[in-house]
Amino acid sequence: MPEVSAPQPSAAPTRRPGARMAWIGQGFLLLLALLALFILVRDLIQDPLLFVQIVISGLQLGFVYALIALGYTMVYGIVKLINFAHGDVFMVGSFVSFYAVTRFQLHVWPAALFPTLPRGWVVVIGSLTVMLLSMVTCVALAVTIERVAYKPLRDAPRIAALITAIGVSFFLEFFGALNFVFSPRFIPYQRPFEVVTLYIKDGIHILSEGTAPPDGSITFSNIFVIIVAASVLMQVVLQFLVRRTKIGKAMRATSFDKPTARLMGINVDRVISFTFAVGAAFAGLGGVLYAIAYPSIWSQLGILPGLKAFVAAVLGGIGSIPGAFVGALIMGQVEALTMGYISTPMRDAVAFTVLIIVLLVRPTGIFGEPEKEKA
Amino acid sequence: MEFDLSFLIISVLKITAVLAWIYGLLWVLGHASRAMKAVGVVLAFAVIQLALSVQIGDSAIFNDFDQGLLFQACAMAMVSLGLNLIYGFNGQFSLGQWGFYGIGAYAAADVTYRWTGEDAQGLLVLGIGVLLGGLTIWGVNQFLRRYAGMPVLSAFTLYLMGSIAAWSIAVWLGGALNGLLAPLFGTKDAPGLLSSGPALQVVFFLAVLFAGVFAAEISFLFGLPVLTLGSDYFGIATLGFTIVVNTLMVNSDTILPFPEMKGGRGMIGIPKLTTWFWAFLFLVLVIIVMRNLIHSSTGRAIMSVREDETAAKAMGIDVASNKLLAFVIGSFFAGIGGGVYAHFIGFLSPGTFDFLVGFNPLIIVVFGGLGSMSGSIAASFGWIFFLEGLLRVILGQMGTEAPTWRFVLYPIALLLLMLVRPQGLLGRAEWGFLRAPEVPPRASEEPRRTPVPTGE
Repeated sequence: MPEVSAPQPSAAPTRRPGARMAWIGQGFLLLLALLALFILVRDLIQDPLLFVQIVISGLQLGFVYALIALGYTMVYGIVKLINFAHGDVFMVGSFVSFYAVTRFQLHVWPAALFPTLPRGWVVVIGSLTVMLLSMVTCVALAVTIERVAYKPLRDAPRIAALITAIGVSFFLEFFGALNFVFSPRFIPYQRPFEVVTLYIKDGIHILSEGTAPPDGSITFSNIFVIIVAASVLMQVVLQFLVRRTKIGKAMRATSFDKPTARLMGINVDRVISFTFAVGAAFAGLGGVLYAIAYPSIWSQLGILPGLKAFVAAVLGGIGSIPGAFVGALIMGQVEALTMGYISTPMRDAVAFTVLIIVLLVRPTGIFGEPEKEKA
Repeated sequence: MEFDLSFLIISVLKITAVLAWIYGLLWVLGHASRAMKAVGVVLAFAVIQLALSVQIGDSAIFNDFDQGLLFQACAMAMVSLGLNLIYGFNGQFSLGQWGFYGIGAYAAADVTYRWTGEDAQGLLVLGIGVLLGGLTIWGVNQFLRRYAGMPVLSAFTLYLMGSIAAWSIAVWLGGALNGLLAPLFGTKDAPGLLSSGPALQVVFFLAVLFAGVFAAEISFLFGLPVLTLGSDYFGIATLGFTIVVNTLMVNSDTILPFPEMKGGRGMIGIPKLTTWFWAFLFLVLVIIVMRNLIHSSTGRAIMSVREDETAAKAMGIDVASNKLLAFVIGSFFAGIGGGVYAHFIGFLSPGTFDFLVGFNPLIIVVFGGLGSMSGSIAASFGWIFFLEGLLRVILGQMGTEAPTWRFVLYPIALLLLMLVRPQGLLGRAEWGFLRAPEVPPRASEEPRRTPVPTGE
């Protein structure tokens, strides 16, 4: 169409006048960062041992969050659903282990069957059984939830699935609060194994019970070691699962493009169920470890850790597995440092403020891919 | 297990009556002639006055419990309408509505609480603050027009600095003026002009209004940078906002300088000034503002952002400022709702503004239908009456354990509704006044020169 003239080049130069003012926002963020850094460095210099101690407690928290966050990030990566019920699956995991230990004495079953087995083996095998039982129960629960609640809504608007997730979450919380289920009270948790406190001062020593650690030492417990080991192990397992196996390939394909994956002969429904199952298994393990580390459980236990883990997943870039891990560690540190140096009630507020600031700098999280244009 | 069937029937009748009343009011408001509208509104308010005062036997038609539910439903309807504007009409998935509701409630409550304690500082600081804050935002906005394309963070920094300055001036000025006003309160024996009843009513009205504007200004500052995020990231950031607000409420007497809010123990002694008149007046005002906004060209711009941002941008619509506008107005409604709620319940506790409870407006909006004002109103009233009224009382009759079942049954109902009708009860249908006014079709294809009268 020759008569239609090309659009006139606008009078404004390509570089608009406001772009020069970017330094204001950047300077503001820089000031905030400098302030945070100043506070951290000051605290570090003031009492380095206390600082390290707080970092250790933050790591413990962060590694538990990592376990929960993996489930969130995987499910979101595949079905783009914020699975609010995930935190409650985590809660069910800790309750299952509680009942396994108190009602059925499952943590000592090897001793009952094989009385000659050394005590160390009994504890290890027994605790592993308890964890495995929690994981299996959580997998069953999550797959049921997925089948009953989410699957019929696969083609409905996204908000319907989200409201359903909130509904499932409420159901688990308040059903759990009934007297004949978990009861609405806080319940002291019984650990499947004893806590051993260790301290570092010229090498690692075991702290005998009832004594205070010597001055100038850093203490940690066997729970910390177990949480870190379990979390790292699970991360490795998951990486292997996603990168090296066939079902992992199917998961990646489904997350990338669902209709095409279906055309390629991938059973998308099965892959989605599998994703929920893997996430729930991690949540179950996380539930047991969380309850062992902070031994007081109740029916709304899952809400805040679940939310924090989800925030960690968002912080790291939702849909990204290493992102969830890194985000969870950051979240744990932020929370522990806030509790240690600012005030305990402010921990959620500071954690969310950090999230908002990170999102403003990197709108899709640390490891997140830039969002695609509206499909 | 005793079960009172007549109670059930009466309750259902009451809900139906209230809903019929609201829809009747909306129908009258949608009537073409102005005289009919005026008569209808006056009649509507007369009817409810009658319903509240007439006694049958020795019990009122709407007893105190029902009236409480009515006010609660009004506040909830304002919050849900605001959220519907943000999420249903503009497509921004926000979980921050509950935070703005809480801000409005606490701000309005603080003003009247101080006023009844013969201290005008609350009203003065809030009033001057929202005025100066609004002026600052407007001024900075005018200034920024010259610098198109400024990164959003820089703009935010400027707005933030300006607002902090404005509020510092307001606090200083409020303190100074308070000293001048103090004698007007009079003494205990001879109450002055300002401690009279009518003055308190005016203060209540101003407090609720200012609380709404205050919430709106905060939502402007918060929304400006955060609205640039993608949908789910925005949702989580706003959820974070609700949690931060809640944490600040819990620590209002230690971290924030408001000892009268008493932190986590809850603020008691707020004068109960909300009457049916105020509650419905605010609700009707919110409905009228919302309806006129939605059916204006601004409203169409807001909706076009929901449908397709890229296409809206291509049509010359300023997507960012339309998102911000919807967010600010929605938060304004939430703030007003909070003010109304605070003065009906007389007691504010941070537990009320917990983020878990904050899912309720979202559920109501989806229940009623995203993008349907009539649906939000109906769902708010229905939801409050069923969950807070009917289920609580009926389950209460069935034994001590039963009330906990309320929140077990409610998610199940939610799941069933989502399975059966994922688009909500009303979809996008509207009723009466809330429907788009019929604009007479243009006579020719010529570009219009004179403004065409709207359907009003």
